[in-house]
This record gives sequence, structure tokens and C-alpha cells, in this order.
Amino acid sequence: MAQELFSGAEMVVKALKDLHVKYIFGYPGGSVLDIYDALFQQNDIEHILVRHEQAATHMADGYSRSTDKVGVVLVTSGPGATNCVTGIATAYMDSIPMVVLSGQVATHLIGDDAFQETDILGCSRPIVKHSYSCRSATDIPSMIAKAFHLAQSGRPGPVVVDLPKDKLNPDEKYPYHMPSEIKLRSYNPTIKGHSRQIKKAAHAILSARRPVLYVGGGAIIAGASELLGQLAEKLNAPVTTTLMGIGAISGSDDRCLGMLGMHGTLEANKTMAHADVIVALGARFDDRVTNNTSKFCPGATIIHVDIDPSSISKNIHADIPVVGSVEVVTQQLLEAFEKEESSLDAEAIAGWWKQINQWRAQACLNYQKNDKVIKPQQVIESVYQETKGEAFVTTDVGQHQMFAAMYYKFKRARQWINSGGLGTMGFGLPAAMGVRLAHPDSDVVCVTGDGSIQMNIQELSTCLQYNLPIKIILLNNGNLGMVKQWQDIIYEGRYASSYMESLPDFAKLAEAYGHVGINVSDPTKLDDAVAEAFALKDRLVLLNVQVEEHEHVYPMQIRAGAIDDMWLSKGVKA
Amino acid sequence: MQKILSILLENEAGSLSRIIGLFSQRAFNIESLTVAATEDKSLSRITIATTGDHRVVEQIIKQVNKLVDVLKITELTDISHIERELMFVKLNAKTPDAREEIVRTMEIFRGQIVDSTNQLYTVQLTGKKEKLNAFIRSIKRQSDIIEIVRSGCVAIARGERALVP
Ligand SMILES: Cc1ncc(C[n+]2csc(CCOP(=O)(O)OP(=O)(O)O)c2C)c(N)n1
Repeated sequence: MAQELFSGAEMVVKALKDLHVKYIFGYPGGSVLDIYDALFQQNDIEHILVRHEQAATHMADGYSRSTDKVGVVLVTSGPGATNCVTGIATAYMDSIPMVVLSGQVATHLIGDDAFQETDILGCSRPIVKHSYSCRSATDIPSMIAKAFHLAQSGRPGPVVVDLPKDKLNPDEKYPYHMPSEIKLRSYNPTIKGHSRQIKKAAHAILSARRPVLYVGGGAIIAGASELLGQLAEKLNAPVTTTLMGIGAISGSDDRCLGMLGMHGTLEANKTMAHADVIVALGARFDDRVTNNTSKFCPGATIIHVDIDPSSISKNIHADIPVVGSVEVVTQQLLEAFEKEESSLDAEAIAGWWKQINQWRAQACLNYQKNDKVIKPQQVIESVYQETKGEAFVTTDVGQHQMFAAMYYKFKRARQWINSGGLGTMGFGLPAAMGVRLAHPDSDVVCVTGDGSIQMNIQELSTCLQYNLPIKIILLNNGNLGMVKQWQDIIYEGRYASSYMESLPDFAKLAEAYGHVGINVSDPTKLDDAVAEAFALKDRLVLLNVQVEEHEHVYPMQIRAGAIDDMWLSKGVKA
Repeated sequence: MQKILSILLENEAGSLSRIIGLFSQRAFNIESLTVAATEDKSLSRITIATTGDHRVVEQIIKQVNKLVDVLKITELTDISHIERELMFVKLNAKTPDAREEIVRTMEIFRGQIVDSTNQLYTVQLTGKKEKLNAFIRSIKRQSDIIEIVRSGCVAIARGERALVP
């Protein structure tokens, strides 16, 4: 029998099929029309046509964050590819597996400033885990397989594959070969912790009198939630999560102190500041956590577990570094405890909890309600009640993001989806769409602001096309709230360009796109409005909530201070 | 303090730009960089001279290692190693006196004249950076330097150690 032959374009589609891809997020253009034609002639992969390529990357990203699968993007050369830059950077900063297939002008035109030619590999170099340029159509299957392997193994990240048009030519056909296994001699991430480091770490942990587990996004990527729960229980240790680590442990767990850092809880930041042993699990001592690094937890022994050696001792020196996956290392630690002769000082730990509970008792997340105007915190609490804490929640960036992080108690990993590292406004809506595609039976909420929602609002059209009935909860404070907050605190209330006159009628806008828009501004009607939005199961609802315009997010770290130097409310220090 | 790093990486399109990009992106210094394919054409070897304290150099090594194309990186500064740099210096040698001076100095530094005209001598010199600098300092006193080109250093560990795949 004659061997079946494929064009480069057909190989792209077949390779994606072989890698079990269900959805591609993309936008067509000259250089990738052959791939679109090949996609058109099959039914295994569904292509989601966005309205802006940036949204395609965030959708693929949301899809990936909520599932652990690789998000796949397909765009044309030049502007199609450059429109992806923000989305690639967003995925890179949060270690999200993504493969971006970008068209390129034909090989013989590269370097000639041809129509729609951009050096996208050059543009994206600092924000990708790796990238490939296709030299020969027959390489396409293995190149895409390598891209997937790199995107999802080790510390995950985005990979760009550049596909010159001549390599996709439907008239040139070749045998298809997909390697059964990917091996790269220069790439071997360390998964298992070194036994000597594990022993040292186990010993230090068991000797702790005031331990804390500081958990980041790496724990979610590694799927370490269950073992993390065991570790916290075994040690009876408090757990605090970064913005990216939210959901790694249930927000209602007694040992969970909530988020730490710039808008962390008082108890989380105090616990960090007073701990004698800090066990960092898949967290990277980001500046939004540490505040002034020279004042960071001076007395503590720091054990840093991370799959990326370059994260360790980058910002804060680690006393006991352990390179490996959070899941595997946590398992190793649990085993090592069994072999240790020393054991925890239960009395010391009980005293530690007594202290922590005093901080907790200050109830730093309490806020003043008002019977005239809705408080943003209240909206998140209402959504939490209505969805029973089960919804997927995406956000944009700003005050609403912090309120969602602080007031929605997430139960599981991958339920909370936001752009933590890059802080990309415009992320929330497309990310929610990707989540909903992956979880068609779940409530998917996008909490957003009047500024952020306008950065990718065109995707309301995509939502109609693919029937994505997400709930958009717009905390409409009439300004760029987080910018305004900083201007209040640092710039004596000089609101340079943080006030957005001429906002559209958002509810009507949603209706113009074929969806449902609901307005609410009366605090007594809030819960009903939220219930109404969620009752419309099959419709996208944009709930435009007019909220207090001068609200600040508290607690808030005092600039350049220690981790626990905080404002608890306007003018009140911890 | 100057540190010398040796890197073995895939000889792929774009792999050098990833290294250079990394240094500028993360604000690491490059004092010199040399690169060439190895005997095995699929690999390149880079020598980078950089500066930074212990913490910075540790980060450089980790970040370079993280690049998918990189097979190995080692720091040679603190282990026994040999380093050399090649330099050409074009010198004004108009008068017989100047010529004599140049030849004398060059011999002290074990250089060679590799090109000459009525007006000019081009001297080739190899050695450690300090030696090349010393040559420039002394020759400056005797004649006009027209042009200098330096290769940047290449280095290799002494003894059994080898940076191989
Ligand atoms: C793309 C992008 N541009 C600018 C910023 C800087 N920024 C951070 S928060 C913020 C204001 C967000 O306003 P809004 O979406 O209305 O949310 P709010 O803070 O009012 O809840 C801005 C401009 C950003 N994070 N992302």
C-alpha cells in the first residue's frame, strides 16, 4: 500500500490531533490560510475564532489554567503574531503551558521586509520558554511535539513555532512521522529533590517552633494540593498562599491564613514575619510578597522548593534549597519525617497557633457596609454565596482582582484564574471563555473593572458565536480604581488620568452584542440581581454593579517596609 | 571581579541570540564573548567574560542553564584554567626609531609582526587580558596606536576536567 502523504499544513493539523488537541484559538490571515483550509476539512479539532489575537492567547491560557492541558493558538504573520505578545508574556510570567503557531512569510522572503513580515521569534524571545522556526515541512510533527513537551514539562511556559508559508504548501506532500518519545539532550528538568537536601529540610522543619508553609503557583501546576494538605496536617502548620497559589489549599481550611503580600491578610504577613522556619513551595519571593527584601523575615530559616533552580535564591537567599516538583518533594518530605528521630514540639506549635489566632481575631478583612452604595467586597461575597464557592473565577487587574482574591473562598486548585505575574488588564473575559469551553457545565465568572473590561470587550461577539454563557461581574467604580488608590496614597489625590469620563452604558453594550445586561446600584437589590444573573443558565450576563467609587483595598503593605508593615484601613497601621 | 564562563550549547539558529538577549534582559554584563562551532558541528562553545558578585554570577549560571539550547555551563574563574586572548595592534612606525622601539617592546611581550608597510606595523599578541593591557600601556608611550582589535578571551580548564556533552 502506498504511504499516505501530507502537506505541511495537513501535518500541523494531524500533529495537533495526535497530541489530543480539542480546541485551537486563532485568527486567520494570508500566511496560515493553508492551515485553515486543512482545519476546515476535519472535525476533530474545533477552531475558536476570536476578535483579536491577544484574546486568543488569553483564552488558550484560561483553558490551560483550568485544565492543565496545553493551550494552542494559531495566528497569521506580522500583526497577527505581534498581537499575541501580551498574551505570551502573561503566560510566561505565570508559567502556563501554551503553544503559539504563528504564520511567517515564505522562506525566500524572510529578511526582505515582505508584506506582514515580523521577526516574531525575536520579538518574543525574552517571554518564551523556547521557540522554533520551521526549516522543512517534514520536521513539523516533531517540532510541534517538542513544543508541547517543552511547554508542559519542568517549569511550564509558552513556546512559539514559526511556520513559513512555503513549508505549508498544499501541493507538496511528504510522509508524516511523529516521534513516539521526545528526548532533548540539553533539557532535563529535575523533578525529584536531592536526598541530602530533603533530609536537611525535614530536620529543619521538625525542629521548627513557628513554621509556616508559603505556597505559590508551583503547587497548583504540580497538582500538589492533596499532599500539601497532608503536610499541613502532619505539621499542624499554618499555610499562606500567594496570589497564584490561591486554591492550592481550601480557603475554608482552618490552617489557611489566606493570601500574603501586598494585599495579604494581617495574619498571613504577621505569621511570615514571626516564623522561625519558612517552607516556600513553588513560590518565588516576588516583590509583591516580600516588600523590602532587606527587611524580609530576618530570623527565619528558609527552605525553598522549586522546580526552577533560577527561582531559588534569586530574590531571597535560601538556607536549604531543594530543586524539584512541589508534589514529588512534598511526598519525599512526608517520607523523610518518618525516618527523622526528632519530632515536632507540639506545645510550641500550640503556642504558635495561639499567637496566630490573636492576629486572626483582628478580622482584617472586615469592612463597613453602607445602605446607600454597594461595596465591592460585598459583591464578591454575594457571588460567593450564590455559586456556593464552586465557580471558576477569572479576573482582570486592579482593585476588583484583589477583592475577588480576598473575599471569594476558593475550594480547589485551578478554580482561581488571574494574571498574577504580568498583571494584564484585558485578561479576564477571554480567560473566562477558555475556562467555559473546558468546563461547559460549570459556572464561570469574570470579575472585572470598568477599565479592564474595555481592553478585550470585543470578545462578547465571540461569546455569542460559540455560546459561552459566562457571568461578567463588573465592579463599576467609574475609575481606574487601583491607580486612583495609589494616587490617593502616594500622590495626594492628584488623579492623573485615572478617571474615566465617558464610560459606555455597559448593560446596553452587552445587549448590543446579543447578551443580557443588568444594572444594579441599590445595596438591597444586589443579591437578587446576582441571583437573576446566575439563574439565566444559558445566557451570558453582564452584571454592571455601580460600586463605591472611593473604596481602597486593605490591608495594604506600607511601601519599602517589612512584610508585615501594613495599613489596615485609611491611616490605621497594623 | 571578572568571571569566565564556558557554555556548551546547541548550534541552532537563534541560540546565540538567546544567550545575548538573556544578558541584556537581566542586566548582566558582558565584557567579552567568543563563539564558534565545536568539532561536533551540532554544538557551539561560548566563552563569556562577565563581572558580578557571587550572587549575580550564580543567577547568570542558573539563567543560562535554564535556556533549552544549553547543554552545560561552568565557571572557570575559581578552578585551575588557561585563558588567552588574541590582539592585533596597528601602530604608526614612520621613523626608524619608532620601528626599533616597537620591535623591542613586542619581543618582550612575545608578539609578532604580521603585517608591515612603509608607515605601519601590525603586531599580533596573545595572552591574558592583563598582558595585552600592559603591552598597550607601554607601546602607547613610544608610538601612535592606529587601531586595536581583540578577540575576547577563550578559556579551558587544566587537567582532566572537560566541558563535553
Ligand atoms: C494592560 C495594562 N495596562 C495598565 C495596567 C496598570 N493598571 C493596573 S490596575 C489599573 C486600573 C484598573 O482599573 P479597572 O479595570 O477599572 O479596575 P479597578 O481597579 O477599578 O477595580 C491599571 C491601569 C495594567 N495592569 N495592565
